[in-house]
Amino acid sequence: MSIIVNELNYIYNPGTAMEVQALRDINLEISDGEFIGIIGHTGSGKSTLIQHLNGLIRATSGGIFYNGADIYDEGYDLRTLRTKVGLVFQYPEHQLFETTVMADVCYGPKNQGLDEKEAMLRAVASLNAVHFPEKHFYDSPFELSGGQKRRVAIAGVLAMNPEVLILDEPTAGLDPQGRDEILEMVSDLRRTQHITVILVSHSMEDVARYVDRLIVMNGGGIMYDDTPQAVFAHYKELEEVGLMAPQVTYVMHALAEAGIPVETGATTVAEAKDEIVRVLC
Amino acid sequence: MSLIVKARNIVYEYIRRDDDGNVEGIETALDQVDLDVKEGDFVAILGANGSGKSTLAKHINALLKPENGTLLVDGKDTLDDNETLAIRQTAGMVFQNPDNQIIASVVEEDVGFGPENIGIPTDEIWTRVEKSLRSVGMYHYRHHSPNRLSGGQKQRVAIAGVMAMKPKCIILDEPTAMLDPVGRQEVLSAVRELNEKNGITVILITHYMEETVHANRIFVMESGKVIMQGTPREIFSRVEELKEHHLTVPQVTELAWELKKAGLSLPDGILTKEELITALCQLSSTN
Repeated sequence: MSIIVNELNYIYNPGTAMEVQALRDINLEISDGEFIGIIGHTGSGKSTLIQHLNGLIRATSGGIFYNGADIYDEGYDLRTLRTKVGLVFQYPEHQLFETTVMADVCYGPKNQGLDEKEAMLRAVASLNAVHFPEKHFYDSPFELSGGQKRRVAIAGVLAMNPEVLILDEPTAGLDPQGRDEILEMVSDLRRTQHITVILVSHSMEDVARYVDRLIVMNGGGIMYDDTPQAVFAHYKELEEVGLMAPQVTYVMHALAEAGIPVETGATTVAEAKDEIVRVLC
Repeated sequence: MSLIVKARNIVYEYIRRDDDGNVEGIETALDQVDLDVKEGDFVAILGANGSGKSTLAKHINALLKPENGTLLVDGKDTLDDNETLAIRQTAGMVFQNPDNQIIASVVEEDVGFGPENIGIPTDEIWTRVEKSLRSVGMYHYRHHSPNRLSGGQKQRVAIAGVMAMKPKCIILDEPTAMLDPVGRQEVLSAVRELNEKNGITVILITHYMEETVHANRIFVMESGKVIMQGTPREIFSRVEELKEHHLTVPQVTELAWELKKAGLSLPDGILTKEELITALCQLSSTN
């Protein structure tokens, strides 16, 4: 199972003075169970790209194949695609609207046509998956903390049993512990439920820690598509497009320049520590 | 130097009521908070979500008023309704989402909106707009439409809008949470420059520890109380304590702390890349 994106182009307001090419010649192959990060400065095309992956936006040209089927084929069921490819928007807690947490999470599966009982089973399973405490299942979602609200919003998407989970900046505005909890949870979901995860993030430190493959967007195109280590080795080019490497990568380069013979590939605190200890101890 | 913010035992509670107006629950957002900020300081406030940081910030700008205790902003009591306008001019606020703060369709008009509202003469408005936009490095964009700017640029326009009110103090509530790394740097250096060159007092609320290493003083909040305060070096030397309070330290500080645990003899509270490199080079030359 996979997603294949072939020569995808998207133009906003074509034929007008406001015409903007938001995506250009995107080619991607996403395999089952991958943990992918997408980074890029504001306006680089990240959000436009992920909205194509579940058919919310239709490409101007090019194609998308989900498990071998062309999603632009006449008669292709886009509704089902949207449940298979779950999209968690930025600040998803702003989209909570029901009177209880349980009702909010049940909303998606009920829309899929499940009856009350099945919807509740799904809701309980996904609330457990996001480690949401059972005693608050029937509280109003509006009285929860920011981190808890976000868990409920993610559970709402999980309850539709997606095969691919796309999260657009899921940690923006959360404190460091909330940040780690959400990312650990997503990482767990991928391991235990074999979900493919695509994480859009402005935090270079977060993507370095969690993802296996990192896609860098710039000007609507893909600039790099590689391991985080390989991508962050281009830290100078990244700075030119509004991005950076994690702080520790800069430390490693500065150490090498100062004559300490370290390998400069580290992108996380743990990797940097191991390398410095190896050289200095 | 005089105190621009002087809080003594301030208490603020959010009261939840049911449909009939009966009290359902009380949440103490600020619990006996004392806070002193000197004029010209760069202060950072850290704390987990829900610890009371934003509630405190809104008090400094008289958007909220303490239920108990006193809060003086530039010597004016925030409980005195006659002073509210003066307090809001003294202490301007910048919020998280730049799109919620920009109202005009041209950058310079947006920045001029505040002074126009309080009846400043037109010539003076233009002088202020120019000066404010220059101070955040956005003068070049004065004729642009704000919705074509990047997040970092929009946030700097929002800061210029506050500067045009000639405040003594500027409070920023997670101004970089929605920005990409370079946007974050742009906003941070604009804020540091206002503090260093124009002597504006800065109160910065953030979840990014790296943004606080240049502050004079850090306050850490939890459950409505100030639980730690000190210089960045003092605060970030207490790595384990911070972790217990759901916080963290800048990545460089964390690396130094891990290296120390692994047996390298490094000083506590390393804050910047440069400090770490210097310390490691010394270590390597003595080996």
